[in-house]
Amino acid sequence: MTQNTEFDLTKHTVRELNAALHAAEEGSFTVLNTGGAHALACGLNAPLEVTLKGHAGYYAGGMNKEASVVVEGNVGTGCAENIMSGVVRVMGDASQSLGASGHGGLVVCEGSASARAGISMKGVDIVVGGDVGHMSGFMAQAGRLVVLGDAGADLGDSIYEAEIFVRGDVVSLGADCEQKPMDPAHVDALGALLRQAGLDADPASFTRYGSARTLYNFHIDNAGEG
Amino acid sequence: MSDKRSIRGFATFPEDVISEIQRAANTGVYDIRGLGARRQVPSFDDLVFLGASMSRYPLEGYREACGVDVVLGDRFAKKPIELKVPITIAGMSFGALGANAKEALGRGASAAGTSTTTGDGGMTQEERGHSNLLVYQVLPSRYGMNPDDLRRADAIEIVVGQGAKPGGGGMLLGQKITERVAGMRTLPEGIDQRSACRHPDWTGPDDLEIKINELREITDWQKPIYVKVGAARPYYDTALSVKSGADVVVVDGMQGGTAATQDVFIEHVGIPTLPAVREAVRALKELDMHRKVQLIVSGGIRTGADVAKAMALGADAVSIGSAAMIALNCNRPLYVEDYEALGTAPGACAHCHTGRCPVGVATQDPELEARLDPEMAGRRVANYLQVMTLEAQTLARANGKSHLRNLEPEDLAALTVEGASMSQEPLAGSNWVPGRP
Repeated sequence: MTQNTEFDLTKHTVRELNAALHAAEEGSFTVLNTGGAHALACGLNAPLEVTLKGHAGYYAGGMNKEASVVVEGNVGTGCAENIMSGVVRVMGDASQSLGASGHGGLVVCEGSASARAGISMKGVDIVVGGDVGHMSGFMAQAGRLVVLGDAGADLGDSIYEAEIFVRGDVVSLGADCEQKPMDPAHVDALGALLRQAGLDADPASFTRYGSARTLYNFHIDNAGEG
Repeated sequence: MSDKRSIRGFATFPEDVISEIQRAANTGVYDIRGLGARRQVPSFDDLVFLGASMSRYPLEGYREACGVDVVLGDRFAKKPIELKVPITIAGMSFGALGANAKEALGRGASAAGTSTTTGDGGMTQEERGHSNLLVYQVLPSRYGMNPDDLRRADAIEIVVGQGAKPGGGGMLLGQKITERVAGMRTLPEGIDQRSACRHPDWTGPDDLEIKINELREITDWQKPIYVKVGAARPYYDTALSVKSGADVVVVDGMQGGTAATQDVFIEHVGIPTLPAVREAVRALKELDMHRKVQLIVSGGIRTGADVAKAMALGADAVSIGSAAMIALNCNRPLYVEDYEALGTAPGACAHCHTGRCPVGVATQDPELEARLDPEMAGRRVANYLQVMTLEAQTLARANGKSHLRNLEPEDLAALTVEGASMSQEPLAGSNWVPGRP
């Protein structure tokens, strides 16, 4: 059985917590009295299991690699930003920029996420149990953003090759984002992702969105002129 | 028979303006190009050093020491950067530049004992392998952003803006988005790539403070963290960078270059480097943080005189981008027919955006890139850095200074009213400083 280490943030600093997590190669860690502190469990680089017992501030689980981070509360801006691999799960709601620029791994928000969820995402899978705010999936390059609830205005603005799946209503699509066919292969893949995320929904009930690819090239007739 | 004396053009519509109006009318698109402002702006050329006199004793050239080293980032970082010369290589992306150019910059900077900097698109093995000191940029696009590279960098630079285009995002046209560049940036090959103008996960100085804290936590407080701003409102931007917890502030004036941006942006947004230095130093002094948070100045630095003048105004170091490219061979009269094919000429080329760089610097084309030998080019960069350093030392000794950092505003005078106003140095031969009673 893996030994669990407790960190009480009324007795330890965030710097001490992160330094200990960076030094560990394996193990289970529970963080008490999180108090909405910023930068909790960020920069992890090993297959650790970390549970934050309470709310977290900005950048919880930021740049995660390999580790599994669970937040038993709400999170502030930029949770799991630039995640490379592993899993970050938020049991409450998330503020802006959930999973921003994430390259890989899985981010699950069981509640709702605010504006710009999945902004500039580069391969991460993000699954949101509730709604997402405006400009979600802005400039999303790769990966999947899945929304079980509704999406705010300008969804997928300037999107590249990421895929967005929404079960509820979309206020409006952003520039160059369009509805795409939902083929059986997409339903199967989405079903697998929902199971991985531990969220129950019929994958066939989602609508798929992606890039119309009309912004991929400028008109550069002037490129050769001095 | 016509009388040429009677032919008169228009001050409002000179030939280049007429040409641009007609180009726009023909194509329906704006002009995109590389490098920095073509227009003449007040610069360090508007200042001169006074030299020694009855009240100032000069130091003997070659025999009396004149230090040039500088430490950057000792405010919070456990491992500040120690440079042997106060001239760094500015951030330029792999993608904008070829791998050989990045390697050459690393070789040159390492030989001179200074740092080089990544750019949009992440870190390549070529530049990490050849750069003893490498600054890793965190840009709005986060292309190629990787915590492993963050940890193996020697410093981190959060880019808020750059002098060529304060408030603008990046562009890299499809000609340069090769398979390797596309892979590093997670983009489809061959598309025209847009970089965001705002960071995805923070807005404003209060957020930036938290972002800097996160980067320090991820790197265990080892690395100096720079904040780079384009010269827009340098007094406030410097103050807010200090407030946000920066170890180093980088202020980039409008003469600074770019890989590809709209010409109208390059020429019409931002202020010149000269007033930007003065304003940044004023902010640091008012906060009692001058020399505690170091100031790096960039944008049109070309010579040791520019280095010395920037430092006399209060900078701790300078950074060069376009000048370093020129040392590599940019705009050198080689392969002239290739310049002509682009519709330009050596000395006037700003076709970085096309990927057809005749001298193999700003290209991803293997044939063109082969024209740049990274070892030889690295030697040229090292030579150039050495010459600039010797020039700056010459000027410092002439003003009686045993270290470049001891140069001071009192060593300078302005040659023009504009220069006097922007630098707050007295007009030469007088005590008059515009705006002062």
